Amino acid sequence: MTTLNTTADELVDKGDLFLDVFPPETDRERALALSHLANAEQSWAVNIALTPIDWRPLLHVLGIVLQRLLPWLVPLTLVVVWQLSSTLGWLSTRVLPAPLSVLDAAWGLAASGELWTHVRISAGRALLGLAVGGGLGLVLGLLTGSVRWLETLLDSTIQMVRNIPALALIPLVILWFGIEESAKLFLISVAVFFPIYINTFHGIRNVDPGLIEMGRTYGLSRWGLYRQIILPGAMSSILVGLRFSLGLMWVILIVAETISAQAGIGYLTMNAREFLQTDVVLVGILLYAALGKLADVFAKGLEKYWLRWHPGYQ
Amino acid sequence: MTQDNTSTGQGGVRVQARALGKSYGKRQVLQGTELLIEPGEFVAIVGRSGCGKSTLLRLVAGLEPATQGELLLDGQAVKGLNDHTRIMFQEARLLPWRRVLDNVALGLPESGKTAAAQVLEQVGLGDRQKEWPARLSGGQRQRVALARALVHKPQLLLLDEPLGALDALTRIEMHELIENLWKTHGFTALLVTHDVQEAVALADRVILIEDGAIALDERIDLARPRSRGDAHFAAIEKRILDRVLQREDPEPSVDTSWISPPAGGLRWAI
Repeated sequence: MTTLNTTADELVDKGDLFLDVFPPETDRERALALSHLANAEQSWAVNIALTPIDWRPLLHVLGIVLQRLLPWLVPLTLVVVWQLSSTLGWLSTRVLPAPLSVLDAAWGLAASGELWTHVRISAGRALLGLAVGGGLGLVLGLLTGSVRWLETLLDSTIQMVRNIPALALIPLVILWFGIEESAKLFLISVAVFFPIYINTFHGIRNVDPGLIEMGRTYGLSRWGLYRQIILPGAMSSILVGLRFSLGLMWVILIVAETISAQAGIGYLTMNAREFLQTDVVLVGILLYAALGKLADVFAKGLEKYWLRWHPGYQ
Repeated sequence: MTQDNTSTGQGGVRVQARALGKSYGKRQVLQGTELLIEPGEFVAIVGRSGCGKSTLLRLVAGLEPATQGELLLDGQAVKGLNDHTRIMFQEARLLPWRRVLDNVALGLPESGKTAAAQVLEQVGLGDRQKEWPARLSGGQRQRVALARALVHKPQLLLLDEPLGALDALTRIEMHELIENLWKTHGFTALLVTHDVQEAVALADRVILIEDGAIALDERIDLARPRSRGDAHFAAIEKRILDRVLQREDPEPSVDTSWISPPAGGLRWAI
């Protein structure tokens, strides 16, 4: 540090020398030159003081890493504590299996192909229910939204039926359909119908009438109006309905599969429960979570694409 | 005022109203309107809000049927919407989910895209074809709306206070643009406005509607392009404004020249 300081002092001296050799013509110039020199001295001093032990960049990077890791700290600690208490025998496998054995079970199921069969069957049920119920909701919502007399005819009935929770129908559904596939399909379809119906109906009703009038004056046919103005105008609302429905779809599927199933994730977990395979039960629960998340990501992607014109989705 | 034959446009249509009337239930909005607009003429309708001027425009557009009298376009009675008539509304009414070029090409076959691009060029937005309407300013949106109207080569352009929501500078720019395009295309133009200065700046004739009837029909014999700083311009504007406000003896304190540019003229930045 001393040596460096000396160098700086030398430099300052040289500056002074410079001033001596080339004396400034005016007072203003002199004042300017002196202030430059003073600045040089100052910045040198700062640099020299910090150069040997400059922790700032390192601390900065460490701070960023910590900030990124902080949200994961609690879940990671929990998993570690969970694993430790299982290993040390504080936690009975009957209550909760160790995280590693859950991973192991998942790996085993995936390797044997059993996992994919059940996921495929469950996802197939859910999507078929969504297609039937959601499709009906969309068509009926479009009809009642666009045709006044159909609204008068159907809407109040639909609004009344809407207040019945889908799960309350279970006893009746078992009587009607037994505990076969059709019962599950019916429950899911009923549940996803209403959010899509209501949001489609309101989406169509809320399309700016000014835009429809404009379309008419610009020579659009009825179909052209529908395709180019009414449907895109209702789209943001329809997608909100879809996201609601996707959430409901998994909940109903889980309940329906837990009651009875010959295959699917629900069957996998209920079967594992019989044999006290808690690790497989946990795999099933985590699978439902993953599928729900996947559906939500998909719906968000649709919004991002179809509503890319909307400042709120950019 | 008819257009000279050198115009490259599609020409205009003759608009004629005979004893035209419109009532909603018991409320008579428009009555006994007699009006003749020559092909290629630019007519402005002024009046206080609720006087029936927008109703007249909607009747001419065919958006609503008249309840009395008749309305003829080139001798043909108006029955509903018409392919030769286009409207510019107070709001731009662009489809927010279509890009600028697709908005202009609305109602055109796929081959209309080139024409749409050309008209966009004419309104000075040739470089914004791929933009979403939400990203445009109010003035730019109205320009897109103007392009959308003009791409259909209308013989009658109806303007329903299209510049009402724009700021003063953008309005003056839009006046010049509309006037130039009108000169080029030669369509008949019918402008509804509550801004007397706008009416005087653009129109061959200014018509005042009061309580559902035509109260004044004045020809504006100013040379184009019209300068708002001009004394003659200001005098006409003041006379019409006084008439609209129903001032019997015009007071000199009514100063409407606050917006006029200095004698040297101003250049408006786009």
